[in-house]
Amino acid sequence: MPSLDDLRKRITSVKSTQKITKAMKMVAAAKLRKAQENAEKGRPYSEKMNNVILNLSKSITDKENAPKLLVGTGEEKVHLCIVLTADRGLCGGFNTNIIKKAKSYFEKIISENKTLKIITVGSKGYDQLKRQYKSYIVENISFKESKNINYFDADKVGKIIIEKFEKNEFDVCAIFYNKFKNVITQIPQEQQIVPLNEDKDDKDVSGNDNDYEFEPDEDEILSNLLPKNISTQIFKAMLENSASEQGSRMTAMDNATRNAGELVDRLTIEYNRSRQAAITKELIEIISGAESL
Amino acid sequence: MSNLFNIDIVNPEQSFLSKDNVFEVVIPAVEGEIGILKDHIPIISFLKPGIIRVFSESEEQSFYVEDGIVEFKDNTLSVLTSSIFDLKDADKNFVSESISSAEAELSKDNIDDQKRFLLNHKVEVLKSISIN
Repeated sequence: MPSLDDLRKRITSVKSTQKITKAMKMVAAAKLRKAQENAEKGRPYSEKMNNVILNLSKSITDKENAPKLLVGTGEEKVHLCIVLTADRGLCGGFNTNIIKKAKSYFEKIISENKTLKIITVGSKGYDQLKRQYKSYIVENISFKESKNINYFDADKVGKIIIEKFEKNEFDVCAIFYNKFKNVITQIPQEQQIVPLNEDKDDKDVSGNDNDYEFEPDEDEILSNLLPKNISTQIFKAMLENSASEQGSRMTAMDNATRNAGELVDRLTIEYNRSRQAAITKELIEIISGAESL
Repeated sequence: MSNLFNIDIVNPEQSFLSKDNVFEVVIPAVEGEIGILKDHIPIISFLKPGIIRVFSESEEQSFYVEDGIVEFKDNTLSVLTSSIFDLKDADKNFVSESISSAEAELSKDNIDDQKRFLLNHKVEVLKSISIN
């Protein structure tokens, strides 16, 4: 049975924790709105980019000589996985969910006797993966210094990928990130970016009559465009990720605040009970002392 | 009949410019400048460093772009670019910085001809901006 003093101390400490989680929740909520806005603003670019690539790849007849970034190297021995996570913790299952998704993919690759290479973006992913997969991690990138998500950072990652591709260091590349659905739900995603997975469900039906004029020819445009597309996909993933991170943190901190509240209530009852017990005990002592006189 | 069409300029972070009353746009495509008027045939091309000029009924706007993709279709011109700024609010420091970084890049030995050409061109365009 803890003493009154102990209980009092615990209540104060839980209360101050609650204050912190509450503040974090509010900060996350404010950041979430901004992140969501950014994600929405960034959408037209990646959509248009996708459209253009779709139109281009349709008009390429000579699949054999098409750029390798589009059709792949013809093999799939070496898999490069880009795992995008947050730089900070205290955001619920956000990082763990991505890692879980990525790990199951890793296991599949390893069991198929293929070579696995990992690039982690964000320090939390590196922290969680380094224990088990240290030997596979080829690079660890973190953008802790940059305050906002910007295209420049995404482009850096994109360039690393392209460079590795040109050196024939991998055949297939997939990225892992959380897709923002709403504040409560974030869906871990696995997306293949090299070779480019064509959308099976062709939305652009009206575009079938595309008699585009290409200047210069399709191949050259594609080989110029595809590296950009990789950066764009990374950027999109980073935007989705940041919105998800804030959403996830907000929910986690909201839960933490509520749990702390419950804990305070329980502790207060316990405190009051033992205080009352102490008073009763004293009264009994006084009364029985008086009676014995 | 009106001779106006739409233009959308987007960069990765946001939609940069969206207008529906332009009658001519001049873009610095990689194989030379292209002037686009209404009912141009569908075209896809990409950009080299240069100036995009947008002529609308009320005004004329100029933007510096470094690279990008253009698509014209159904009387909508989409420009996708990662680096763009309005010439009106061009930052002198930024321009001169870009020039010097491009020149530094040029002085390296290991660049191919195409890159050299693009860099030279970039320096030229940027210098013409800083004079104005």
